[in-house]
Amino acid sequence: MRMHNNKTKRYSKEDFAEMTFLLCATVSVFALLLIFIFLFANGLPAIGEIGLWNFLTGRYWRTADIPPSFGILPMIVGSVYMTVGAVLIGVPVGIFTAIFLAFMCPKWMYTFLKPAVNLLAGIPSVVYGFFGMIVIVPFIRTISLHFTGGGSGASILSAMILLGIMILPVVINISESALRAVPDSYYQGALALGASHTRSVFFVVLPAAKSGVFASVILGLGRAVGETMAVVMVAGNQPRMPESIFRGARTLTANIVIEMGYATDLHRYALIATGIVLLIFILIINVIFTVVTRKKEQ
Amino acid sequence: MLNKMGKKPVDIILFCLTWGFAALTLIALLFIILHVLINGIPHLTPSLFERRFTTENVSMFPAIISTIMFVVLTLAMAVPLGIFTSIYLVEYVKKGSKMVTLIRSAAEMLAGIPSVVYGLFGMLLFVEFFGFGWSLIAGSLTLTVMILPVVIRTTEEALKSVSGGYREGGFALGAGKLRVVFRIVLPSAVPGILAGVILAIGRIVGETAALIFTAGTIPQVPQELTQSARTLAVHMWNLSGEAHHTNEAYATAVILLLIVLLINTASALVARLITAKKD
Repeated sequence: MRMHNNKTKRYSKEDFAEMTFLLCATVSVFALLLIFIFLFANGLPAIGEIGLWNFLTGRYWRTADIPPSFGILPMIVGSVYMTVGAVLIGVPVGIFTAIFLAFMCPKWMYTFLKPAVNLLAGIPSVVYGFFGMIVIVPFIRTISLHFTGGGSGASILSAMILLGIMILPVVINISESALRAVPDSYYQGALALGASHTRSVFFVVLPAAKSGVFASVILGLGRAVGETMAVVMVAGNQPRMPESIFRGARTLTANIVIEMGYATDLHRYALIATGIVLLIFILIINVIFTVVTRKKEQ
Repeated sequence: MLNKMGKKPVDIILFCLTWGFAALTLIALLFIILHVLINGIPHLTPSLFERRFTTENVSMFPAIISTIMFVVLTLAMAVPLGIFTSIYLVEYVKKGSKMVTLIRSAAEMLAGIPSVVYGLFGMLLFVEFFGFGWSLIAGSLTLTVMILPVVIRTTEEALKSVSGGYREGGFALGAGKLRVVFRIVLPSAVPGILAGVILAIGRIVGETAALIFTAGTIPQVPQELTQSARTLAVHMWNLSGEAHHTNEAYATAVILLLIVLLINTASALVARLITAKKD
């Protein structure tokens, strides 16, 4: 009898623990569901009222007009411009740096370059934004004076450069581990066939690591699309269709942060709807990332 | 070195590009760090650390204390949740089960969501629906959801790297599953878990967009969970918006950089601990 009691007691304790773990494990799923439910419940009615087509392709974001117009096409285009620019700047630099770290770097240099890259990853986005505001924006102002005869410097180009720097650590770290994961025999084989070190790395190892490198690009893309504070501080934030990279523009993220503080009624819900569009952008990027990394596993 | 580079023009160009771009990365980092330090350190005046914030002294002291409060509160919620989730995923579920796929993809998706969307979510759920208002608790809850994937991912890897022999040894000695998990597996995984926690602290300290609409921006040390507070990063965001506080913003940036440096050093030490353990 006593044995039996002990046994049931132990089992129930184990069961209780397992239930607790399961409960905790479902929190992430619930959190994700709640994010979707709350954003969609608050944003979809606004999209319905504005009209999906008008909302996505409207060229004017004029919230104070009567009647107001809520078109987020300028912000979508702004986000796309700045993200693509960031990738164009950050990816080549990042991939070459990753190759340097993995294959060219003397050991003594690695011991301080690697922490440097990690430091770059740790700098808060406000600090990046502040740096951009004080250093990059005036620099671009000087350049645009030369090229276009004016402009404040708070522009798409400034944001591209800053975002390009900000995505560097992601691109570098993920690419580096992808490069290191390539079996050494690839490299040795290329050397044995008479290729130089440089040629072996660039024409044998790099192609073998391409899906991992591509994954790093996608992650960098995601980071650039989602970046908010740094972009707000350097991009000028005018809600109009971007005309040139020397002029200011606004991203989806900036639109939310700048106006959420004072928006009311439909304006407010239109901002939450902007969040939905941003979320869908990120979902698409996530899907691409999953497809890419799954291919790698096969 | 020349031998390494190769003799064909393509080789030489690629070789030079690699060194050049790596140098560019380093220059960018040094430029940012040195620029902030040179302009910030001279402005680290005692008045910036006075106990109370006024519009005169724009003291960052309340923001530093608030940052610590946010970190402690968020970790207190996210770390147990994350660890328990990983324990479930690694120790309790059979491999390839649908539950694992579901939870893991949810965590992955959470990891990809931009902080401004977390800000919106926290505002809608914690600030308004639960009625917490702009507060310490609403901000911490939002951050908890945000860093949960970081804790889960790192803990999961740490638990997986504990060799199966440890568990079997435990079971062979007659320990129950729970005892094996808490007495054998978890202690061996501590360095890996710690690495995740440090990473999470870094994200909390650097976060701005998720906090301004959930915790508000009042520069005070909150006395209650339902009071608003600003972290150091939010403080810096507010200062940088005002043209006549540039120097103070530089000084705040210096403190933020020091914290990041501290966090990175800590995580490097922990990483060394992990590799030492493996050997």
